[in-house]
Amino acid sequence: MWVAGVGMPVLIGILLLFAVSPSVKGSDQPSEANAAVKIDNFVFGPQTLTVPVGTKVTWTNSDDIPHTSVSTEGVFKSKVLDTDEKFSYTFTKAGTYPYYCTIHPKMTGKVVVQ
Amino acid sequence: MPDKKKDLIDQSLQDLNNDGVDRRGFLKCMAWAGTGLAWTMSGGIPVSRAFAKGYGKDAGKGADFTFVQISDSHIGFNKPANPDVTATLQTAINKINAMPHKPDFIIHTGDLSQLSKPSEFDTLDQVLKGASAKQVYFVPGEHDMLSDNGEQFLQRYGKGTKGTGWYSFDHKGVHFVGLVNVANLKAGGMGSLGHEQLEWLADDLHGRSASTPIVLFAHIPLWTIYPDWGWGTDDSEQALSYVKRFGSVTVLNGHIHQIMQKVEGKVSFHTAMSTAFPQPAPGTAPSAGPMKVPADQLQRVLGITDVNYLVSGRSLAVVDSPLWDSGSPASGNAG
Repeated sequence: MWVAGVGMPVLIGILLLFAVSPSVKGSDQPSEANAAVKIDNFVFGPQTLTVPVGTKVTWTNSDDIPHTSVSTEGVFKSKVLDTDEKFSYTFTKAGTYPYYCTIHPKMTGKVVVQ
Repeated sequence: MPDKKKDLIDQSLQDLNNDGVDRRGFLKCMAWAGTGLAWTMSGGIPVSRAFAKGYGKDAGKGADFTFVQISDSHIGFNKPANPDVTATLQTAINKINAMPHKPDFIIHTGDLSQLSKPSEFDTLDQVLKGASAKQVYFVPGEHDMLSDNGEQFLQRYGKGTKGTGWYSFDHKGVHFVGLVNVANLKAGGMGSLGHEQLEWLADDLHGRSASTPIVLFAHIPLWTIYPDWGWGTDDSEQALSYVKRFGSVTVLNGHIHQIMQKVEGKVSFHTAMSTAFPQPAPGTAPSAGPMKVPADQLQRVLGITDVNYLVSGRSLAVVDSPLWDSGSPASGNAG
């Protein structure tokens, strides 16, 4: 179970890691960075997630209602996520990736890959 | 109390029948929580009639036909807001079967299932088989089109329909139109009918006499109730412009799991209760997610809607009734 409040420090930690350790990027076997988006109360949190290239982003649905996470531009598409189900996608190219829940299209978010 | 209410209602009915004005004030007065409410469309003028204890005896009396709307059965949902949605659907069907006048058919306004699973649709079919009315008309909710763009829904419930499942039919002089506003939804938007369906609708209504009573039904409300939660349909205005010339238009929706109604000109809008779980009133909760109520209260916020049609007045009476049925008088307050 994902605990509220943990994700952001972890993410910041990851970002710091990249900021201060360029050797991570330069190594032959780059370790995969992780980041999380929590779906709670019909909201993607954080709504804008900024991550380095190569980051694996995992969406977790914490609602009692199913949601999806689908790229507006067709880059990625989750299956339907029921309660506590997860979807991951690894971003290998820099760019801005808007996405939404196809079931509840008012729910939108974006991943900025740098 | 019920008698007092009845007098008030009869008086209002009379007023409306005489001059057809003051609909809004009356409807406001009639916004009872969790009780029954009847609407009569009289020559395009909506009037209302309360139903409380006496409803069971009088339902459909003198009506030329009756049909029932059920909605949002969410078969497969098993969270605390209602761990047994199959049982509450069964209760709804029992209630329909106990109606003194057998309805000609049932309309299900979508979200049959929670996750579009074959087993969920199977369970729904099984329960509906026990209904006194054998004919059931469906439109999909967003939960019925998960994963497969509604292919399975179309195969099971949409044979002979157009596009993603829209269609129309006539029954004893009333023209019914089932619309789909849960397909191909755009990021940031609400419900959507889409160009193709709107064109079809214009064509479907073209040439029909303005005196034909029209019933539009779709899952997401065809009027904007609360945009922040997506409770509306982006292009419903255009659809409604096609029905403006008709004398009597009734719009039946689901999706928001609570009764809401509005009258605009000759168009009356109505949303039904769910048979599965309630949702919060607009803006009263962090999100539109399922609302947990005490177990003994659940059946007061779930229900069915039945509609009686009188040919003589070309009128439709829409009656909501909760699953809860103790035989005691309605507990709502007239405004």
